[in-house]
Amino acid sequence: MTALTDLTVAQLSVAMAKKEASAVEVADAHLKKLDEHRALNAFITETPDKAREMAKASDARRAKGEAGLLEGVPLAIKDLFCTEGVQTTAGSHILEGFVPPYESTVTTNLWKSGAVMVGKTNLDEFAMGSSNMTSYFGGVENPWKRRGDNRKLVPGGSSGGSAAAVAAYMVPGSTGTDTGGSIRQPASFCGIVGLKPTYGRCSRWGVVAFASSLDQPGPFARTVEDTALLLQAMSGHDPKDSTSAPLAVPDFVAASRNPDVKGMRIGIPKEYRVDGTSPEIVALWAQGMEMLKAAGAVPVEVSLPHTKYALPAYYIVAPAECSSNLARYDGVRFGLRVPGKDLAEMYHNTRGAGFGKEVRRRILIGTYVLSAGYYDAYYKKAQRIRSLIARDFKEAFEKCDVLLTPTAPTSAFAAGEKMDDPVTMYLNDMFTIPASMAGLPGISVPAGVDKDGLPLGLQIIGRSFDEETMLRAAAALEKAASFKGRAAGY
Amino acid sequence: MSLDKDTVARIARLARLKVPEEELGALAGELSGIFAWIEQLNEVDTKNVEPLSSVSDVTLPMRADKVTDGGIAAKILANAPGGAVYIEPGDKNAGGFFTVPKVVE
Repeated sequence: MTALTDLTVAQLSVAMAKKEASAVEVADAHLKKLDEHRALNAFITETPDKAREMAKASDARRAKGEAGLLEGVPLAIKDLFCTEGVQTTAGSHILEGFVPPYESTVTTNLWKSGAVMVGKTNLDEFAMGSSNMTSYFGGVENPWKRRGDNRKLVPGGSSGGSAAAVAAYMVPGSTGTDTGGSIRQPASFCGIVGLKPTYGRCSRWGVVAFASSLDQPGPFARTVEDTALLLQAMSGHDPKDSTSAPLAVPDFVAASRNPDVKGMRIGIPKEYRVDGTSPEIVALWAQGMEMLKAAGAVPVEVSLPHTKYALPAYYIVAPAECSSNLARYDGVRFGLRVPGKDLAEMYHNTRGAGFGKEVRRRILIGTYVLSAGYYDAYYKKAQRIRSLIARDFKEAFEKCDVLLTPTAPTSAFAAGEKMDDPVTMYLNDMFTIPASMAGLPGISVPAGVDKDGLPLGLQIIGRSFDEETMLRAAAALEKAASFKGRAAGY
Repeated sequence: MSLDKDTVARIARLARLKVPEEELGALAGELSGIFAWIEQLNEVDTKNVEPLSSVSDVTLPMRADKVTDGGIAAKILANAPGGAVYIEPGDKNAGGFFTVPKVVE
């Protein structure tokens, strides 16, 4: 029999329904993997006791005939989601030891569907980064390595721990959050599927805020169908988040099981052919289009003229919102406190000691662009650019049904590479940020490997609140690419 | 756009963020680099473009204006880094206070 940890979410559900395994056995098998691969540093907090307790309750529900959509499925949760009674750090020293007295809506939805939590995953501090190297709790190691090269590679970021945990078969699925690419880029680096839903599809309530107009929770898994299963459970309107859309949740799972793309118009944005993208990724992108064409889809060249401005505009909007959101960390109500001779000095000391380098940098950028005299020149300007980016997509979607692009300009890089200059690191998100700025859904599907044997993903971007068409195209791409890669030793 | 050390120190004060004196120089260099890169936005004519503050076309829903929770003072104060003080030490849900260094002499 196949090892329980090799099964997908869908396969585990079948196995448990057929009584081939109990939720407790499934949890134990995955907890053992957490033990084996602790060196990856994918988790900040492991919750084995809670996992066994939740699995026991799951078995009891199933025995009563009350199995939910994700009954007994073990999941890892990005440590940005508040979990009641379980430390939630956001990867930051300033929240070390913070134990939320409430549960985020997305995780509440997952537990209601029967899922089991095995732990909280590592991430870039406050989800700010593309390598997972900015975590106060240390970097995460990507399970993949370059062929014949033993150097440790980054898993991408910011949801690096969640991506590595799925790629290392420690869990079949996990949650992430995506502000500018924090689900899609690590999915590409780790050879798994990562889905960022439309802004507003999932509630942000109880998710530690970074940039509120961009942040969106989403799932990781090893198949498109599994991400659809997770998204199905995570989605829906929440009265506690006024920006969560009051729309019915479509049948994502059915869409993911229907890889029919006959006549589907696939837009290829010409502005995504940029210098600095690895030639192998450009070739894979063309191959991806050929695969979809062979399945009956129709390629359409489209133009998104303001693509190159999305990244610099993002680095005004996101830090501005971050500087406002992170103003709450003042050492008074929760988190770290570093004493000072008066209240003001306590604020300065607490925030100076509690925030890491990248977070400090972004707070400073945000404070500057929002400060008197600069607001119009920077923040307003960036919001106007954002209008143009959203308009570009609207016009492109008159000519096509989804867009196909690379997910990231390179494969996973080594820890320490690209660390000297912040702008070089920011360029990692050049293909994911435009869709984020427009609030659109995107999914990264592993589609091949590079010359070093590292996985590469392709991104499919959908229309606003049309994850279904995006999932169909993703399922078709997954089927045609039939990526079977697995990191050696995992 | 180039930021000098004094400007960085001023922003850090606005953000209530202690930045050690010896880091100011390097930080000014990094931030200047980022702002120089951001300058390319000036190539785009945005004169008649409305700023976009929300990507959602969906109208935000309203809800009834009524209290939906309360009586959870102990939960709210549970993570207080300076400890909490309760009005009624015997009743932790009656209300209480966060503690901060003395503000008024």
